[in-house]
Amino acid sequence: MFRNQYDTDVTTWSPAGRLHQVEYAMEAVKQGSAAIGLRSKTYVVLATVNKASSELSAHQKKLFKIDNHIGIAMAGLTADGRVLSRYMRSECINHHFVFESPLPVGRLVVQVADKAQVCTQRSWKRPYGVGLLVAGLDEAGPHLYYNCPSGNYAEYHAFAIGSRSQAAKTYLERKFETFMECTKEELIRHALFAVKESLQEEELSSGNCGVAVVGIDEPFIVLDPKTLQAYIEALDSGKDEMQTMEETGTDDRQSSQVPQEGTGSRGISVGASEDTPTDMET
Amino acid sequence: MAWAKENGGNNKAAELNYVDRSLDGPSHNFSLMPTPSKHTQYPYVTGSSVLGIKYKDGILLASDTAGCYGSTVRYKSVERLKRIGDNTILGASGEISDFQAITNLLDELITEDWMWDDGNKLGPFEIHNYLNRVMYNRRNKFDPLWNSLVLGGIKKGKKYLGMVSMIGVHFQDNHVATGFGNHLARPIFRDEWKEDMTLEEGVKLLEKCLLVLFYRDRSAINKFQMANVTEGGITITEPFALKVNWELEAFRNPTKGAEGSW
Repeated sequence: MFRNQYDTDVTTWSPAGRLHQVEYAMEAVKQGSAAIGLRSKTYVVLATVNKASSELSAHQKKLFKIDNHIGIAMAGLTADGRVLSRYMRSECINHHFVFESPLPVGRLVVQVADKAQVCTQRSWKRPYGVGLLVAGLDEAGPHLYYNCPSGNYAEYHAFAIGSRSQAAKTYLERKFETFMECTKEELIRHALFAVKESLQEEELSSGNCGVAVVGIDEPFIVLDPKTLQAYIEALDSGKDEMQTMEETGTDDRQSSQVPQEGTGSRGISVGASEDTPTDMET
Repeated sequence: MAWAKENGGNNKAAELNYVDRSLDGPSHNFSLMPTPSKHTQYPYVTGSSVLGIKYKDGILLASDTAGCYGSTVRYKSVERLKRIGDNTILGASGEISDFQAITNLLDELITEDWMWDDGNKLGPFEIHNYLNRVMYNRRNKFDPLWNSLVLGGIKKGKKYLGMVSMIGVHFQDNHVATGFGNHLARPIFRDEWKEDMTLEEGVKLLEKCLLVLFYRDRSAINKFQMANVTEGGITITEPFALKVNWELEAFRNPTKGAEGSW
């Protein structure tokens, strides 16, 4: 994107009918580390790539619980994301206080979008630099929305945002038609595969990704590292292992066809390597 | 959203809303030179009892149609049962103008909810909670809405019947009543209400209580309405009268047990 004379102010249109500041804000989302969301008839799963700024530091927190039935994943300026989280939590709890029932996620999403729009039409403000994947429930069931810095929002079956999200999107586009009927475990597997796509050079481990789930009758929780690691290790060994893992709560290496290291290490290559069964085709 | 205006005078928007002022004109709770508060009001035109029971298919509410101006039964066609959305009915006793204001508020709420058009709908329990917030907040400002509200509804097969008072006391029950109904009708409910009554049984029970209220409550008249809410919808009857019998033994010599009283 080239600098031009119409991009200093968010309240200045360009002759081409664009608001460059808003587009630059969306660029900030694209530079952030990836976030992925996908849903079935009963669950919504969010997954994030957690980048640490240095080896010494901990990862950025990108998955936030908003209410028992709503959670978000963010990409971009996580500071802006925290502010929006606080707003969303406040709205949810206020709604609950007045009506004693959960705020339908679609209505919250519109409120956030309207808040974001305000920042695109005030000369003393700047747009929020964060994209939010909002997973939540309402009377009709589970939903996944994307809130954009421009103030737009849309509902999705599955979506990915952030850097190298195109790889994840490609995977999701291939698979999304099966998502509606997936179980919770299958959905998490798909999410982790999608994250793998975005983490092209690195190995997938509980240290560099995060997963959260919300479902009908199941409150929003962020999976703890131990459970997450078990899911990751189960990824490479096929579906049977998923079931044993659910039962025992640990990964069961005995039944795996491929000897595994502790961190589930295998080079993440997009094509199938000769080691593994073709997991990608589940 | 509509409710946000009700949570106290902290935001400017509340100033412009019903809660902080009367419907007609501006009046603020706070000023630079505070005068003594005259806000605890008196009711002027009042409605008498409202009765409510749960039955097999839903909820029944009943009330008379009198609006009393002190001891004068001044208005005889006051509708004190109103439909809210399409799964809730509201009955009120107390100040009629406050009831009208509440109905306006709820209409706004329902309209806004309808405009979302997203498959989500406010159910009777949510409206009960909203009304409780409104009544309690007003009470905290020493400016109550002088009503006892009965709210009944059914959503997704779940029946709801509850009451909110002018000081924000609220609860749910299988049968509720306001005002004199508490003293005259509820004992009858306690004896004769049972789970899963048919519509006919429910109507009969309510009519019995309405009759007792007409005999014994001086602000009741022999002109009643009943509201029925089921999964299929809401019906509010046209006003009807009940057959009275002033020849009953208890009326022949009312002071029999207490000579000299009237």
